[in-house]
Amino acid sequence: MNNFSLWKYILVLGVFLFGIIYALPNLSPPDPAVQVSLQSAGDSFDSRLVQSVKNIARNEGILDKNIEVNQKSLLIRTDSYEEQIKLKDELRRELGPDYVVALNLAYSTPDWLQNLNASPLKLGLDLRGGIYFLLEVDTDSLIETRLEANAEDFKRRFREESLKFKSIESDKESVTFLFATDEDKSDSLSFLRGFLTDFEIIEESESFKIKFSREGITSIQDYAVQQNLTTLRNRVNELGVSEPVVQREGAKRISVQLPGIQDTAEAKKIIGKTANLEFRLEANNRTLRSRKEPFDFRGVSVDLEKNIIISGDKVADANVGYDESGFPQVNITLDGEGGAKMHRSTRNNVGRKMAVLFIERKSAAKEVVLPDGTLDLIIEPVITKRVISLATIQSALPNRFRITGLDSPNEASELALLLRAGALAAPMEFVEESTVGPSLGAENIRLGVQSLILGLFLVLIFMVVYYKIFGLFANIAVIFNLILITAIMSILSATLTLPGIAGIVLTVGMAVDANVLIFSRIREELKNNSRATDAIIAGYDRAFVTILDANITTLIVAVILYAIGTGPIKGFAITLSIGIVTSMFTSILGTRAMVSLIYRKNNVRRLWI
Amino acid sequence: MNFNLDFLRFRFVALIASVSFILVSLATISIQQLQLGLDFTGGTLVEVGFTETVDPEEIRTYLEGKQIDALVQAFGSDKDLLIKIPSSENIENANIVIDSLQQQYSFQLRRSGFVGPQVGGELRDQGGLGLLAALLVMMIYIMFRFQYKFAIGAVVALFHDVLIVLGIFSILRLEFDLSVLAALMAVIGYSLNDTIVVSDRIRENFRAKRKLNSEQVINRSLNNTLGRTLITSLTTLLVLFSLLFLGGEIIRNFAIALSIGVVVGTYSSIYVLTNVLLSMNITAEDLAERTKDSFDDGMP
Repeated sequence: MNNFSLWKYILVLGVFLFGIIYALPNLSPPDPAVQVSLQSAGDSFDSRLVQSVKNIARNEGILDKNIEVNQKSLLIRTDSYEEQIKLKDELRRELGPDYVVALNLAYSTPDWLQNLNASPLKLGLDLRGGIYFLLEVDTDSLIETRLEANAEDFKRRFREESLKFKSIESDKESVTFLFATDEDKSDSLSFLRGFLTDFEIIEESESFKIKFSREGITSIQDYAVQQNLTTLRNRVNELGVSEPVVQREGAKRISVQLPGIQDTAEAKKIIGKTANLEFRLEANNRTLRSRKEPFDFRGVSVDLEKNIIISGDKVADANVGYDESGFPQVNITLDGEGGAKMHRSTRNNVGRKMAVLFIERKSAAKEVVLPDGTLDLIIEPVITKRVISLATIQSALPNRFRITGLDSPNEASELALLLRAGALAAPMEFVEESTVGPSLGAENIRLGVQSLILGLFLVLIFMVVYYKIFGLFANIAVIFNLILITAIMSILSATLTLPGIAGIVLTVGMAVDANVLIFSRIREELKNNSRATDAIIAGYDRAFVTILDANITTLIVAVILYAIGTGPIKGFAITLSIGIVTSMFTSILGTRAMVSLIYRKNNVRRLWI
Repeated sequence: MNFNLDFLRFRFVALIASVSFILVSLATISIQQLQLGLDFTGGTLVEVGFTETVDPEEIRTYLEGKQIDALVQAFGSDKDLLIKIPSSENIENANIVIDSLQQQYSFQLRRSGFVGPQVGGELRDQGGLGLLAALLVMMIYIMFRFQYKFAIGAVVALFHDVLIVLGIFSILRLEFDLSVLAALMAVIGYSLNDTIVVSDRIRENFRAKRKLNSEQVINRSLNNTLGRTLITSLTTLLVLFSLLFLGGEIIRNFAIALSIGVVVGTYSSIYVLTNVLLSMNITAEDLAERTKDSFDDGMP
């Protein structure tokens, strides 16, 4: 039987080798590890530190051979994720703030595999343990702020252009312009039309309104989400978690995955500082009462101007330093736009005080009774604002300046952290949160693997009993398929989740379907007295279209599932889709190669099927 | 396996059975409704593992004393508890529960979760839309590959399967969460697999066996594919049972939904599809020209 050409054998063999190589790293999964490195980059480790780390590790029952000493860091391998967290906490407490103690993963993939970019599968939070947050960016409030700023800007420009107007007021979604005469109105309209982009104009009798256009709103949203994403990444890095994932979800949301850690409160404190920073001048006697806002600063009331010089998203960098007399200070670098604004505002205000205002936003839900008598929950934002620094402006500030007058080094480092971690372009709130403990993660892996093995075992036995030697071919194809799924998921750096394992288990059951279709066709052909080799060829050919149709439809379902699904459901959809494609390859071409190899002579009398 | 069963003798019995199953499902879904999980309703969930056996009622009363109104149930074993607060008033609820429990008990936190009300509602809508989208795309695909009568037959079969799984979930008060939604989508994929295999054979036999009438062709096709249908259902059920018994609490409902779906899907590919085809008077002419083209296209 020579209709299976040489290149097909080579293809099957090639894919098989490829699968083996890229699935191989999964035989030695990475160990949970704790990394200790120095706060400042210049120094290197002394032997005393290494010894004390070894002692702490030994107390936790960790052998010296698990400690890897590098130039700038120490890596301590642990046996479990639980042990890893215990060791991290212990090291943090013992070593103090001069060292960075972070969770890490120690890979043990051999170099030659690493050179081929082969790496083990990533485990999802449900298998590894960790924290997941979903945050929603409140772009509405950013739009409101933008409109407020625009209204002030229009007033100034109208005065500059000597255009007459009764009032220019902003609200949540528009700016309203009121005029005394039609002439004033049309003059202003033609002036605005000259430069207004991103807005649409709605005309009324004595007035007109401007609103952000759809594109305008989209670009504000994109800006806010992008900026918040960057800020969140910085904050997450402060947590010392290995392989965190921070990514955009849809138009207004950001998801954060922190593998390995458990302490939600701590994580939330740092990444969830749904805070914003504003630099504002302290009010003086020339400030209008309506433009003042009172705040409390260390028990004393201060009035700040409502006008914002810049907000925290313009801060490029901030770190702690000490002045000549050893007092702590925070050195700040602003971006270009922020620097220009800061300079403009401070050059005429030397001697006045400037405050850094910290705005924190939480949300609380409350129940309301709807008109139809049912209860509904509404979410109400609760905003707290506090002054975290108030310092005198010594000179016109360029884009680099420093804040002095801080009480303690601690206060300085907290302020620097807040400034550096950046402020958010728009406030955010937590809309979803989940934590999985490490013991549950380990248990999920165990249960998933156990059910995979049992399911596989049952299917393999059944196929051999029912289809004999052909069943064996199908079984080899199923195992080949599992290797391929693992390899492809590893290459795509797809994350394996518990539903993902369920998808793989399901694939095992469904993947034999193609072989069942082919083999029942072959049996049918044999019953119609075809010659053995003809029966094989006819069986494969006739079943092919059916298999293709059936698999394409299932693939479509899997793709839709991927599109609508979140988190774990996506994991299921990914393994299902990959499984469908690879199972078609292994169950058609893979088994065909084996069948053709065994029955390659034309005078086969009987098939053991 | 060589079968020669007269499936269509029970055609009307099957019709009555299917219609009554669907009516019962619709009734229970509208009266008893589905036990929507946290994913869809929003709220807080905490799973804790105690070192000793613990009574859920005791913990519920204890939490009530701390002004926390929670549902407490055993989860998997009598040492594990699932504590739910259905309203999503406060994202800190999970921490409040944990802190209160820590004052009195020693336990290990296994997992906790919070879903805000906006997310829950969206997932509900998205899930429903996703199911409908899947059905619509399938219908178009089958219309293109086969013929519209098959498309209608397949979609009726899919609605039938999904509704019955939902109905059983509603009657047994099993929790319907995101993983069950994923299982439903997989049921759609699986049931469609069966339906297409049967449809393919019907198409082939209509072309090959011109002397037989429609009923005879369909009966012959069902007999041809019965062996394969049963074996594939069996292997799939084998792995699903292994998930059901070894997979743990978290994917139990997923495995239940799929197992029911596989059984119902197998039945529907035999009776629902064929009933629809026969009631629309399917004949060899329906498949004559188009079939040949698309059949040749797909050959290797």
